[in-house]
Amino acid sequence: MPGFLLKRILQSLVLLLIVSVIGFVVLNLLPGGPLAQFGLDSSITQADLDRLREQLGLNRPLYVQYLDWAWRLLQGDWGHSFRDGAPVLEVIARHLWATFLLMGSSTIIAVSIGAWIGIRSATHRGSTFDYAATVGAMIALSIPTFWFGLVGIYVFSLKLGWLPAGNMYTIGDETVLDYLHHLILPSIVLALVHVAIWSRYMRSATLDVMNQDFVKTARAKGLSERRILMKHVVGNALLPMVTLAGIQLPSVLTGALVTETVFTWPGMGRLFLDSLGYSDYPVVMGLLMFSAILVIASNLIADIAVALIDPRIRLA
Amino acid sequence: MTPQYQTDGATGPALSVRGLTIDLPKDMERRHAVEDISFDLQDGQILCIVGESGSGKSVTANTIMGLLPSSIRVSAGEIHLGGAEAGELIGAAPATLRNLRGRVVSMIFQDPLSALNPLMTVGEQITEVLTAHGVGTREWQRARVIELLTEVSLPDPQLMYHQYPFRLSGGQRQRVMIAMALALEPKILIADEPTTALDVTTQAQILHLIRDIQRRKGMSVMFITHDFGVVAEIADSVVVMEKGRIVETGSADAVLKSPSHPYTKRLIAAVPALTGENRAAASNAAPEPIIRVEGLGKTYRIGSALFGGEYLVKAVQDVSFEIGPGRTLGIVGESGSGKSSLGRLLVKLQDGNGGRILFEGRDIVPLSDAEFRPLRPKIQMIFQDPFASLNPRSTIGHILTVGPVAHGMDYPKARKEAQALLSHVGLDAGAFERYPHEFSGGQRQRIGIARALMFKPKLLVADEAVSALDVSIQAQILELLDQIQRETGVSMIFITHDLRVASQICDEIAVMQKGRIVEQGPPSQIFLDPRSAYTRELVDAIPGRMPAEARLSALN
Repeated sequence: MPGFLLKRILQSLVLLLIVSVIGFVVLNLLPGGPLAQFGLDSSITQADLDRLREQLGLNRPLYVQYLDWAWRLLQGDWGHSFRDGAPVLEVIARHLWATFLLMGSSTIIAVSIGAWIGIRSATHRGSTFDYAATVGAMIALSIPTFWFGLVGIYVFSLKLGWLPAGNMYTIGDETVLDYLHHLILPSIVLALVHVAIWSRYMRSATLDVMNQDFVKTARAKGLSERRILMKHVVGNALLPMVTLAGIQLPSVLTGALVTETVFTWPGMGRLFLDSLGYSDYPVVMGLLMFSAILVIASNLIADIAVALIDPRIRLA
Repeated sequence: MTPQYQTDGATGPALSVRGLTIDLPKDMERRHAVEDISFDLQDGQILCIVGESGSGKSVTANTIMGLLPSSIRVSAGEIHLGGAEAGELIGAAPATLRNLRGRVVSMIFQDPLSALNPLMTVGEQITEVLTAHGVGTREWQRARVIELLTEVSLPDPQLMYHQYPFRLSGGQRQRVMIAMALALEPKILIADEPTTALDVTTQAQILHLIRDIQRRKGMSVMFITHDFGVVAEIADSVVVMEKGRIVETGSADAVLKSPSHPYTKRLIAAVPALTGENRAAASNAAPEPIIRVEGLGKTYRIGSALFGGEYLVKAVQDVSFEIGPGRTLGIVGESGSGKSSLGRLLVKLQDGNGGRILFEGRDIVPLSDAEFRPLRPKIQMIFQDPFASLNPRSTIGHILTVGPVAHGMDYPKARKEAQALLSHVGLDAGAFERYPHEFSGGQRQRIGIARALMFKPKLLVADEAVSALDVSIQAQILELLDQIQRETGVSMIFITHDLRVASQICDEIAVMQKGRIVEQGPPSQIFLDPRSAYTRELVDAIPGRMPAEARLSALN
């Protein structure tokens, strides 16, 4: 286990290095650059721009800029935003919890409902429920998230007026209930596609386990069907789902980006788009590295979790 | 014509099956899984239900347990449970059946590797039986499980209680299954091929354990098997099934010594005899061996050297032998003995470390793949699983000709030879255009043999080539291999876990244990006068070394 961890962490560091290089190069290939926004302002002279460029260190060769940035990062200095001079980590932290709130609640919805649909489809194979779940999953998977978002807003906010059309809270209210009220629509929209994915995987995993010999053994022992399902089938079927959860995280993050834009949710997705618009390199790079670390870490945690749950790996 | 056995007074049969007919789904090749079968499981007896695959023996067992899949239905008949809980099982409410399962009727299965939940400890899984039937307090349950683990002779029951199944050997897992089945002292134990997946010495121990427990508890056991050797070892009475019908019933003695139905006779005759007779030489012993192996070794590395935890497994150690033209060497061993690794080394599917393999005088160990390629046709392999070793998307014709054509034979010639070989191995010429799924297991193995023969090999390596086949098919394939060897003079290495099979076809047998050859000699020595303790143990463990007169009468 320690050997395995060490290996995975080394792999992750190499991966982060590659991500950072690609990110840095691509970002600097974009037309414009951080100073382009001042180009339209006639009160700023070329001399001002040169001075700014030197202040920000943008006059140096690209590789020097990268090495400087990477070296500072290793020391824990993520740089400062070009926009307001605030430390990048602080900027990210301001938006972090909004995204986590959205991702967390939609993941809870996706996993619980998806697993439930999957298990029920498997135990009622060929039933109306099973067919409805299959068709529903196809629909959810083939329609983009932003469309669901717009339809949701149209129906539930504009027509029915039940739910707010955007933002995280009502200014001046900000109670827990108010937050929850705002959370319902975006978290469900973000969860939809993942409910579909989870239900499909869970269905096939459950069917797979139901055909295993040890389920027959359980039946031969005289256990009730309910106990067989809960104790023998679901536990074994959830095992591959833990890995799936780790793999799914990046797509939840991407989905969150789209959902945040549709619902004007003040999270990392919005921050990313805004920072890109302003060519705020330190923040964009910071977000890139942060999400890469998040993805790698969640995969690692999923692997460790599988190892902890499965005695064949834990004790081997 | 069901003979009535004497029953001692008050005790009726523990279980009687009357006129049981079970339908198969519509699109299957047969209408009924079993048809109008009747038999009694007498109180305190072991009844063996014998049959080959598709005979309906497992379906019958599952019906008694109420474990049939919903696509298969009982259309007629009764299954009556005797004793204190007497009642009719067919049509009983699911709750009633569930209450009987594990408490009055228990079952153990063929494959102990997959019959236990990998995520639960042994103790938890046995305790579940007690909990499901609401028996005992927690402390009592724990003590009972320890007692059961002791009863089935598992080492260190206290530790075993907390062990996960993957830590246990196949034999130990089957003992856990037996402990689980015995938890509530059921009247009836149904054992569905419980020793088929086990090594021969483990099989002997498990058979002994079942017999022993049955006697001590006075249980009634319904033991399902395809192996008359096992029947001879354990049965009080026998039911023989063929294609869903009962063809013969009787006491074990009567059926084994004087079988009346031709199918029973065929089955008994097909059980490989342990005559200890040497095989008549197929050809004049030529002085020059086809293959000579000297000091061959193979070591696997497990784990990683860089991150620690590496250790070495010596799969093959210092193995030496030679085979003359037209002769067969049997390599016999239990799982993990290194016999399959040795087979892969011989056909260079794997590289060894150390030793020489002299094929027609040339050492093939140092050859690269490219250098070995011209020699490959001369050494051919026959695989164990006739279902997995043929590409399902290719016609038989393609399967047979693709290799020779790749090695430079022109297609019309390859086609002609393939068709000749197909009829030679007992298939009709039409087989050339057909696909593997259209053939039975035995026929597929014939195709596998024909494929190997396409190259006119000097050496055939057969790795468990008949293990997946029913005994009667097994006998036919062994006969075919023998005939081919006499006609073509090919040498053979026959790898098997089954000493009885090896005794049928081998001129010489090498017994492997832990990667080494512990004894080598002609069958007469191995079976009648074994030199090593391990060989003796193996020979002693062979189930049902049948009295000669039983076999004679079966053959008449």
